[in-house]
Amino acid sequence: MIRVSIPSQLIAYTNGATRVEAEGASVAEVLDDLDRRFPGLKFRVVDEQDRIRRHVRIFVGPEEAKTMDVPVGTGAEVLLFGALSGG
Amino acid sequence: MTDAIRLLIGTRKGAWIYESRDRAAWSVEGPLFLGQIINHFVQDPRDPGVLLMAASTGHLGPTILRSTDGGKSWTEARTPPAFPKGEPHGRSVDHSFWLEPGHPSEPGVWWAGVSPPALFRSADGGDTWAGVDGLNQHPMVLEWFPPEGGTPDGAILNQVVIDPRDARHMYLATCSAGVLETLDQGRTWRPLNQNVRCDFLPDPYPEFGQDSHYIALAPTDPDRIWQQNHCGIYRLDRPGERWTRIGEAMPPDVGDIGFTIIPHARDRDTAWVWPMDGTEAWPRTSPGGRPAAYRTRDGGASWERQDRGFPAEQGWFTVKRQAFSGDRGDPMGLYIGTTGGEIWMSGDEGANWRQIAAHLPEIYSVTVATGS
Repeated sequence: MIRVSIPSQLIAYTNGATRVEAEGASVAEVLDDLDRRFPGLKFRVVDEQDRIRRHVRIFVGPEEAKTMDVPVGTGAEVLLFGALSGG
Repeated sequence: MTDAIRLLIGTRKGAWIYESRDRAAWSVEGPLFLGQIINHFVQDPRDPGVLLMAASTGHLGPTILRSTDGGKSWTEARTPPAFPKGEPHGRSVDHSFWLEPGHPSEPGVWWAGVSPPALFRSADGGDTWAGVDGLNQHPMVLEWFPPEGGTPDGAILNQVVIDPRDARHMYLATCSAGVLETLDQGRTWRPLNQNVRCDFLPDPYPEFGQDSHYIALAPTDPDRIWQQNHCGIYRLDRPGERWTRIGEAMPPDVGDIGFTIIPHARDRDTAWVWPMDGTEAWPRTSPGGRPAAYRTRDGGASWERQDRGFPAEQGWFTVKRQAFSGDRGDPMGLYIGTTGGEIWMSGDEGANWRQIAAHLPEIYSVTVATGS
């Protein structure tokens, strides 16, 4: 089970929850699992070519994931952030 | 006026709805989706309870928001516009810009123009969308829509216009290929830009490359097309192919640069523009700090200034592509949304203007809907 931190920009998808759980061995699998339970969430974070959107940042523990194939170990924490994005 | 009018307002920071039964007293509902960038907010005239918004945020990817009960409740499109995974040019949709209800003979069909320039279609009221390959995978697509080309917020397919007599006959307005036309509902396309100037290219009259800000068919004569281009105001009467620059009749100190042009609901010779300053550094403000609409009643042979009610000086706002609309009243009502977050209206075809809202975020879109 993976713990996932949800930023304010996405809590409309998670019924207001800022922390949820998901399954998966990579960032892609975790996001796919989240999208199954919270339809539409993944496309707001990752584009149709599997690129992480410009103003979204994803961390696996303390390390930033720049691509979707970054592995996620059992018990790891995945943190989604809305990055700095103008006024 | 007895039927209620609703103004659907899309802004850089959310959406609002203004409603009136007499075009005098207005009630407000909103903000809706505060903080989301709403590029377009449109009612389905075939099914007036259906409203669609083109939405994105500063952080997240784009989506389409839908209501089927006149705006009381909203859901997100199940499959928003997106290119196929692995498509040859590696494109992804940055934002949807224009939403167009389909032809009256095709209930449930909607069209969307997006950035980077591409066309999408929905057959289920905007819930699921698919790309129109006849345009999106056209052999000329990278020449019509160069990846590095286009407007400051990204190149756009900024408008879809459908011939009310024929669902297969459509026009697109784009920021880097000018106007494109299809006679087979999107399978094949060709540029329609003869005599439309490009001040910014070595060949000032190319086959394509123009920045077509806005086009509109005269409601009572769909063979008449009005165009506000990056480089002037034009008119084309089909089956003609060659545009006429009717903006040359505008006052020289105002010029004929702007974002939008609105045809009269019943008079084929009447239309309004909202000029902006296209000199020197292209400030795109009201020329001279004196906001005004300009109206032609003779097909563009002459123009009259309509500024009564607007600031006489130090008014520097302008009006973006989708932020000028008219209703079908008699006399026709006109509505603008400004970059300074104000809504102004005229209930007498532009003779007098008054502000009906202020202090909103930068307004991107004003459309007229029938009441709830």
